[in-house]
Amino acid sequence: MQPCRLAAYDLACRRGDRLLFKAVGFELHQGDALQLAGPNGIGKSSLMRILAGLLRAYTGRVEHEGQRALSDERPALDAHRALGEALAFWQRIDRAGEARADFGLEDLLDVPVRYLSTGQRKRAALARLAASGAQIWLLDEPLNGLDAHWGASMQAAIEAHRALGGIAVIASHQPLQLQTLRTLALLDHLV
Amino acid sequence: MSRALWTIFRRDLALLLQGAPGRGGAALPLLFFLAVAMLYPFAVGPDARLLARTGAGLIWVAALLAAILPLDRLVEPDLDAGFFDQWALRGISEELLMLLRILAHWLSFGVPLMLAAPLAAGLLNLDGAQLQTVEIGLLLGTPGLAAIGVTISALTAGLRAGAALGGLLAIPLAVPLLIFGAGSLQPGGDGGLLLLAAASMAAVAIAPFAAAGAIRAGRE
Repeated sequence: MQPCRLAAYDLACRRGDRLLFKAVGFELHQGDALQLAGPNGIGKSSLMRILAGLLRAYTGRVEHEGQRALSDERPALDAHRALGEALAFWQRIDRAGEARADFGLEDLLDVPVRYLSTGQRKRAALARLAASGAQIWLLDEPLNGLDAHWGASMQAAIEAHRALGGIAVIASHQPLQLQTLRTLALLDHLV
Repeated sequence: MSRALWTIFRRDLALLLQGAPGRGGAALPLLFFLAVAMLYPFAVGPDARLLARTGAGLIWVAALLAAILPLDRLVEPDLDAGFFDQWALRGISEELLMLLRILAHWLSFGVPLMLAAPLAAGLLNLDGAQLQTVEIGLLLGTPGLAAIGVTISALTAGLRAGAALGGLLAIPLAVPLLIFGAGSLQPGGDGGLLLLAAASMAAVAIAPFAAAGAIRAGRE
């Protein structure tokens, strides 16, 4: 895997006229994983979008080497299409290999996306992310909607990605069973 | 990159032509356009001279209103589903995406309108010369209508009552196209076609940047 790096320096985030957090900084290298922890509304998703480059930080900056991929609550799959076609659309854009095997989607490829359950949709979005070939995974609540079995599979996929030299940032209020996981508690960065 | 853009364009076009549940399709604006052309003679009576004199202008009004119909599904569904964020993460510029969407929108409403115009011309008793001017006018003007439509859709996506607001915002922006398009039908109205082409080209040139700016601003 290509070398990759993700670093944040002195990030602050403002939503409306409220400062959510400040002085958030970290530096991640190949194989690192970071959990963003904190209660609802503290700004985990906003920080994730800042790291993804979709939201401008109020102060501070993000540096990254390598391709970023984001999985949030919106799967970006066409609801009326069969899952296989909806995933194939992104495969053609990403020009990457298939990595569905880990997520048990083989039997669902003919099913229109709108008939899938929350957990199945989540698995499809995570499969898309895993297949994208990006080095930096930004996972916003990846365990939401997943049962214990698929939650463990997801974490195994993260570990496999790290073993190949990838980076994972995971926003989750659930405990994660990952090796040498670093934690960033946003409660410590309240304004 | 070009392969990715081609993939995105094919999806844009398929969604706008065939529609999807909750998204309509190309048939709806087309039927609306023909319905207006069909109802007009019922409303003003079968006076062939009156129809021939006013019918071409009516075609332009119907085309403008038909262009407004699909506004709510041009940008908002993809924004809601997270497509634009995923494209941004892959480094695909919003300007290019918007240009593709304008092209897809034009192919799915402008071209069908041009194909339906002879039928409308028959209902409104227009002669061959008038029909020819209408067709040339639609060819020049509908790209501008498509550009305005996509820009307004991007601006109002995510707003409550965005669809109704979009229609109201699009009408004043489309007025120059309407004036020049209908004006080209007057005797000696060739200048109208030139102005129509100019207004349409200006809209197409500006729209991708304005719409892309709207998408980015919507993320904040």
